[in-house]
Amino acid sequence: MLTILFDGVAYGMLLFVLACGLAVTMGLMNFINLAHGAFAMAGGYITVILTARWGIPFLAALPIAFVATALLGAVLERTLYRRVYGQNELNQVLFSIGLTLMAVAAVDYFMGAQQQFLLLPEWLTGRSTIAGVGIGHYRLFIIVICVLLVIALQLILSRTRFGSRLRASVDDPRAASGLGININLVFISTFAVGSGLAGLGGALGADLLGLDPTFPLKFMIYFLVVVAVGGTSTITGPLLAALLLGIFDVAGKYYIPTIGAFIIYAVMIVSLMWKPDGLFSNVGKK
Amino acid sequence: MTTRRTLIKSAGALVLAASFPLIASAQEVVKVGLILPMTGPFASTGRQIEAAAKLYMAQHGNTVAGKRVELIVKDDTNVADMTKRLAQELIVNDKVNILAGFGLTPLALATAPLATQAKVPMVVMAAGTAMITEQSPFIVRTSFTLPQNTLGIAKWAPNNGIKKAVTLVSDFGPGIDAQNAFKKYFTEGGGEVVQEIRVPVRNPDFAPFLQRVSNLKPDAVFVFVPSGVGSIFMKQFSERGLDKSGIKLIGTGDVTDDDILNDMGAAAKGVITSMNYSAALDNPANKAYVEAFTKANNMRPNFMSVGGYDGMALIYKALEKTKGDVSGPALLEAMKGQSWESPRGPVTIDPDTREIIQNVYITEVKEVNGALYNVPFDKIEAVKDPAKIK
Amino acid sequence: MTKSIAEALSPSAALQASGRDWGRIRWFELAFWVVAIGAAFVLPSGFLLLNELAILILFAVSLDLVLGYAGIVSLGHAAFFGLGAYCAALLAKHFGIDPILGLLASASLAALLGLLSSVLLVRGHDLTRLMVTMGVALLLYEVANKMHWLTGGADGLTGVTMEPLFGSIEFDIFGRTAYTYSICVLAILFLLARILVRSPFGMSLHVVRQNPLRAAALGIHVNRRRATIYTIGAAYAGVAGALLAQTTGFASLDVLDFHRSADVLLILVIGGTGYLYGGIIGAVVFKLMQDWLASMTPQYWQFWIGLLLVVIVVVGHQKLIRPWTWFRKNQGGAA
Repeated sequence: MLTILFDGVAYGMLLFVLACGLAVTMGLMNFINLAHGAFAMAGGYITVILTARWGIPFLAALPIAFVATALLGAVLERTLYRRVYGQNELNQVLFSIGLTLMAVAAVDYFMGAQQQFLLLPEWLTGRSTIAGVGIGHYRLFIIVICVLLVIALQLILSRTRFGSRLRASVDDPRAASGLGININLVFISTFAVGSGLAGLGGALGADLLGLDPTFPLKFMIYFLVVVAVGGTSTITGPLLAALLLGIFDVAGKYYIPTIGAFIIYAVMIVSLMWKPDGLFSNVGKK
Repeated sequence: MTTRRTLIKSAGALVLAASFPLIASAQEVVKVGLILPMTGPFASTGRQIEAAAKLYMAQHGNTVAGKRVELIVKDDTNVADMTKRLAQELIVNDKVNILAGFGLTPLALATAPLATQAKVPMVVMAAGTAMITEQSPFIVRTSFTLPQNTLGIAKWAPNNGIKKAVTLVSDFGPGIDAQNAFKKYFTEGGGEVVQEIRVPVRNPDFAPFLQRVSNLKPDAVFVFVPSGVGSIFMKQFSERGLDKSGIKLIGTGDVTDDDILNDMGAAAKGVITSMNYSAALDNPANKAYVEAFTKANNMRPNFMSVGGYDGMALIYKALEKTKGDVSGPALLEAMKGQSWESPRGPVTIDPDTREIIQNVYITEVKEVNGALYNVPFDKIEAVKDPAKIK
Repeated sequence: MTKSIAEALSPSAALQASGRDWGRIRWFELAFWVVAIGAAFVLPSGFLLLNELAILILFAVSLDLVLGYAGIVSLGHAAFFGLGAYCAALLAKHFGIDPILGLLASASLAALLGLLSSVLLVRGHDLTRLMVTMGVALLLYEVANKMHWLTGGADGLTGVTMEPLFGSIEFDIFGRTAYTYSICVLAILFLLARILVRSPFGMSLHVVRQNPLRAAALGIHVNRRRATIYTIGAAYAGVAGALLAQTTGFASLDVLDFHRSADVLLILVIGGTGYLYGGIIGAVVFKLMQDWLASMTPQYWQFWIGLLLVVIVVVGHQKLIRPWTWFRKNQGGAA
């Protein structure tokens, strides 16, 4: 059913927005940031507060959430993350789990443990049927935003000076630094943008996926799967991986409901067995 | 190297110190060990029950039959072996006379053998799986069973234009309980369950399941999902236009939990559920209860809270009947057959099954004075737990 | 002067002596175990907490074998723990077998799963391994949930009555038998592990962890060693899970839950990896902290644990336990 395909694509795109920041930081800084979900949650909560308590329209709240989360990411990068870069994998994992726990508890304390309800503007709710395919307006909105984001990201990476600096830093930090590229600046701005994207994803996803303090713990596995399967060296890798997973998950649950949650884990294990560096990785790194 | 041994020694000493029996003599004080989920996703249950229990004690004083009642509240952290250890420690170290609370089924199940072994009555104030009371003769329940609550809507539906239904539940114990109970009573009433859908508990997107429901075009979809998830479901339900396509959304009152109902927004309006309690019940006992509760806690009481309130009521009444005798078997006997007027209407503890016999109300979500409530418009009286009626 | 080739190649007497010395069990280690086991007979109560502690220590040690000796970061070690728990619970419930046999069965089953997943683990890099370990645990959780006809699903497995130990020692409500049982199992397994990691095999693991390339060049089959220790670690975790099920008479889905894997990782961070006793120290400190923090701020003790993690990593393990270095100019804060 094309409607299911559409739903899967929307879900996959949302996963991509949420996960691409993680892919970039992993590829760039070789840092396993399990706290990525916390940034997404932050973006979601910021949006809820802006729209529900301060009456700011949804569309305006989205970029604010992006910027606010990006700033949060930049601050954390400068103060905390930078000290953890060189350390071994275990420490990185523990550090990010620790941050996540702190974020979860803090949000629980300030906002309460219950579900947050995001009220969407009228024109985003509802549904149309185009050529026999049921199209939810909000999902269409998500797809449009994500496509724009992908295009923007690709353009930045390939056409701008910053993009080429970033790619250089990913390929070989030492050489890039030797050429005079300010690695620290690249790191901090990339991390900020990655976190900002996570925040945006959280804001977009709050309506679809729900929002409560346990959000990072619940959805972290999905982001990790996208990154693991999609590889960390391109933008298109995680995009395709996210779409794949989104479609498989939704279609799987529709056609074989008893399998349900297995699909994602099974797909992940199978793809990792087949190509341990990610399905779309173009480099034999590490 | 001495640090290691010192650590163990000091740990041992700490444990030793913690295990000395309390000075207070057991004769004057009746201790109730209240084990509740104070943290984690079910923290609202713990909050509601603790508040209700304390309210009862504040209203009725904390002395019964010449003994002082003392509550010891512990966090179960949602882990079964932790709960069992807490219960064991409460019995062995604190020497509680009654265990109470139990927010989740596995926690109650883990503690059941303990209640039997130590002969301590166990008042289940929250968990809803039917077979819990069968695990120990010392278990008494003041909350509800899922079949009890499902019965209401399953009987109402066929008489009100719903002949074809799809059931959609979260794939875990209570969900499956509700699904089976609904099928049984709905088909008994002449309805037909065209499909039973189970949704993973950790489920990000309802789209595929809702698509199925939409394809099947039933008269109604019966839903049981954990408390917070209900709102996401309802949003997606109306977002897909399913409510306008003539499919009614029905379920048990867990989906329209009073605790968060008001925040759910317009998507929740018109949802019909059946439950053993609603904050909108208009008997005098409930009006007083809601007022006192809201005043003391700044939140609306929900169906979990009455489990706690009535649990305390049961304990008090049992103590009065035994005239202060706190031995387990005596208290247990006194609890059986107790009857009183609760905020949810008249209730009785069934002496055979030790379940609570109570009314089940059919409610619709409507706006009352600017807030959303489950407004009752029908009821089934004195419902025994149907799972136990052979 | 002229030594034969065999003589030249064999290790000198001094080297052999230092090798033996490296593996010898010190007296204070034995003393520790005597105290721990003796506590079972001396203390009047508190066994329940100690029992939990013993099981936690065994679980932590099992992860230490994997993490500290094979260098594999696993976020899914609870898979083996849970498998062992369910195995023991089901065997006790349906067949009423002797508890010790139950332990052996659980260990074998967990070892099997460990062996199978070690195949997945040797491929790919850090993130892949992490994902696979997490994925296996999550998958197992879903399977256990789905097969509720076998496992009781989310309600858990009830009716697990334990046969008396050795046919005569009953499990009592105070937990004395449970603790004695657990601590003895822990002691035996710990000493076995101790012998293992200080053996030539253990030394080869040391080499593998520090420099896999050089180890391979020396002729050590790196992947096989890793798979072996991973399987052993899995078996130990299975025993820990079985002990939990047997001493509490219950098994539910949360033996497979992520928080179990995360907790035990945290314990090793606190106590230190790679020398086995880290599990003990970490578990004791963790439990004490958990009780202390939970009683102060029940809902938010997670926050302080998270903070502790962040501080440990940022400041560095070595610096943290040596306060006199705090004000010295830092040398990179390596852990």
